[in-house]
Amino acid sequence: MGKSDLIGGELWEQYSNKVADRMNNPRHFGVLTEDDAKQLGGRLVIADEGAESCGDTVRLFWIVDPETDIIKKATFKSFGCGTAIAATDMMAEMCIGKTVDEAAKITNLDVEHALRDEEDQAAVPPQKMHCSVMAYEVIKRATSIYRGVDIATLAEADIVCECARVTLQTVEDAIRINDLKTVEEITDYTKAGAFCKSCIQPGGHEKREHYLVDILARVRAEIERERNPDQVQSDFTKLSVVKQIKAIEAALDEHIRPALARDGGGIELEDITPGEDGTVLVHLAYQGSCKGCAGSLAGTLTFVERTLRQEVSDKIRGVVV
Amino acid sequence: MERIYLDNNATTIVDPAVRDAMEPFFCHMYGNPNSLHSFGIEVRPYLHQAMEQLYTGINAADDDDIVINSCATEGNNTVILGFYFNLLKDTRKKHIITTQLEHPCIRESCRYLETHGVKVTYLAPDRDGMITAEAVRGAITDQTALVSVMWANNETGLILPIKEIAEVCRERGVYLHTDAVQAIGKIKVDVQEVPVDFLTFSAHKFHGPKGVGGLYIRNGVSLPPLLHGGEQMGGRRAGTVDVPGMVAMGKAMELANQHLAFEQTEVRRLRDKLEDALLKIDDVLVVGRRELRTPNTVYVSIRGVEGEALIWDLNQNGIAASTGSACASESLEASPILTAIGADKELAHTGVRLSLSRFTTEQEIDFTIYTISKAVMRLRQLSTSY
Ligand SMILES: Cc1ncc(COP(=O)(O)O)c(C=O)c1O
Ligand code: FES
Repeated sequence: MGKSDLIGGELWEQYSNKVADRMNNPRHFGVLTEDDAKQLGGRLVIADEGAESCGDTVRLFWIVDPETDIIKKATFKSFGCGTAIAATDMMAEMCIGKTVDEAAKITNLDVEHALRDEEDQAAVPPQKMHCSVMAYEVIKRATSIYRGVDIATLAEADIVCECARVTLQTVEDAIRINDLKTVEEITDYTKAGAFCKSCIQPGGHEKREHYLVDILARVRAEIERERNPDQVQSDFTKLSVVKQIKAIEAALDEHIRPALARDGGGIELEDITPGEDGTVLVHLAYQGSCKGCAGSLAGTLTFVERTLRQEVSDKIRGVVV
Repeated sequence: MERIYLDNNATTIVDPAVRDAMEPFFCHMYGNPNSLHSFGIEVRPYLHQAMEQLYTGINAADDDDIVINSCATEGNNTVILGFYFNLLKDTRKKHIITTQLEHPCIRESCRYLETHGVKVTYLAPDRDGMITAEAVRGAITDQTALVSVMWANNETGLILPIKEIAEVCRERGVYLHTDAVQAIGKIKVDVQEVPVDFLTFSAHKFHGPKGVGGLYIRNGVSLPPLLHGGEQMGGRRAGTVDVPGMVAMGKAMELANQHLAFEQTEVRRLRDKLEDALLKIDDVLVVGRRELRTPNTVYVSIRGVEGEALIWDLNQNGIAASTGSACASESLEASPILTAIGADKELAHTGVRLSLSRFTTEQEIDFTIYTISKAVMRLRQLSTSY
């Protein structure tokens, strides 16, 4: 929030002139037929993307020279808002003269760039960025049809944010390297989530496979576990004795002492020694009301040992001093 | 370019007579109405006069209250949140009934109460886009404290059977609030004929200025204030009254009632003319039976023509209209009304609302008819489904 965000409602006034111009007069709309293809000596490719129930659809027509793979002509039809029409029009234009492989590399970001009036001024407001994603996807679809391959083989590795084309890897790296703690920070660093916002959390513009909130929670948990090696189970036996003591003390403090204190008892770590088969013997001394009563002693040891194995390492065996 | 304003359900032009009525209170009679001195004294009669106009406007009894506030959003929040503090928080009553058709200021206040443990039922409209009294009756339980159903819908203009709903609520001993924002100035609103407990409105929807509204509270019904502070409005809403706004709203209400017959005949005639012309286009759907709607509104869905693209084209020609589900909004959910009436999914993003006012002219409607047909032709040429 801030001075520029409080009024809101801005949309059309943020379109570049190029966007407005192509909404009013798209240059490449229309259909191409087999006859057109024959005349141009090329192959007709027709690709559909989107659904009217989701707000936009686009049909892309290509005539491709089978010898050179060069797209000789490209047109489209589109059901969608003005930005979708403008983006598709620009996309069709950008395909013309390129080989299919080159065209397949065009992204929605390239389309948006081409629609800018000024180099550093976005062509559409953030929430409209999504409308150009369809333009990108339909090229992929056309390419897969032309090549006769499954579209899945052309998909890029795990894109989390389609608007900004940010991959899962990029988001994870940004969180780790910069120690990010909020989704806003992720957006600041990567631009993921800066546009239509559907990649931030469930319930947005459209359903997604990954959401920034979930990725953040997962990576944060990983970072915490790494930072807190006391909790790392498998490596416990390789830790120095000092670290082992710290890990056990931490678990005692957090999980065991409060439970014993309720019955007026306590527990102290006396020693750590290597046991058989790579186990670690943890020598413990009871205090207060835990002392003495044999029945409760056995029960308490079971509880303590189980807890330490669970929280610290399954190699731990408890020994009562 | 001459511009044509067909978005009167969003806001309206201030009637010049209303502007004239409020004008003296900026630089001449600018006193605080709570002051003892002459500056306060000279203002108060005008506020009393505005009250007369407002009470007459909705036929409120003298013992009822009409609390002047900043807008219908404030009024609606006052009712919903007030119920939380009054009843829902501490008593056995834990339930509110409202509808999926409500404006966000009702919906979001209810959602907020849900985070505080209140149960809310959001009634879905039936195949006619309506909420029936029977649906309300079916949802009432012995935990229900409040029913909130709008009088007329902003998107479709559909007038809900608020009188029958009021009878059901009376019978079951449940309070009833109605958001009458879209009803005032378009159809008769009479709180004696229709016994609601709370009713809210906003001046700018009936040719008054923006930022002033009213909350009607039936005599004897308790509701804590949302804004605490001074003694204004008998303690029901603290804060210095917007004097020019209140005077203007009084005048606007008076004019609105004087023009009700005109709305029913002339505005309706122009709306019907526009609607008939739209229906001549192939594959066009208008939501809601004509006679069940406010006379100024038509919500139309044109197959193959995305709503925002259409209003862009209209805007290019100087015509202002609005769309139900803008594709820029954060959720792409189809408008509940189109889903409710069973329109197929392809139509979800085609809704466009045209709303007239008593200032709309025949010429404007003729030009709009011409422009829409042109735009539909262009967009259908572009469209994948045509
Ligand atoms: C049905 C309805 N209720 C409430 C409101 C809110 O009015 P205001 O913005 O003046 O508070 C509107 C305005 O759009 C409305 O149409
Ligand atoms: S997918 Fe649109 S902002 Fe990420």
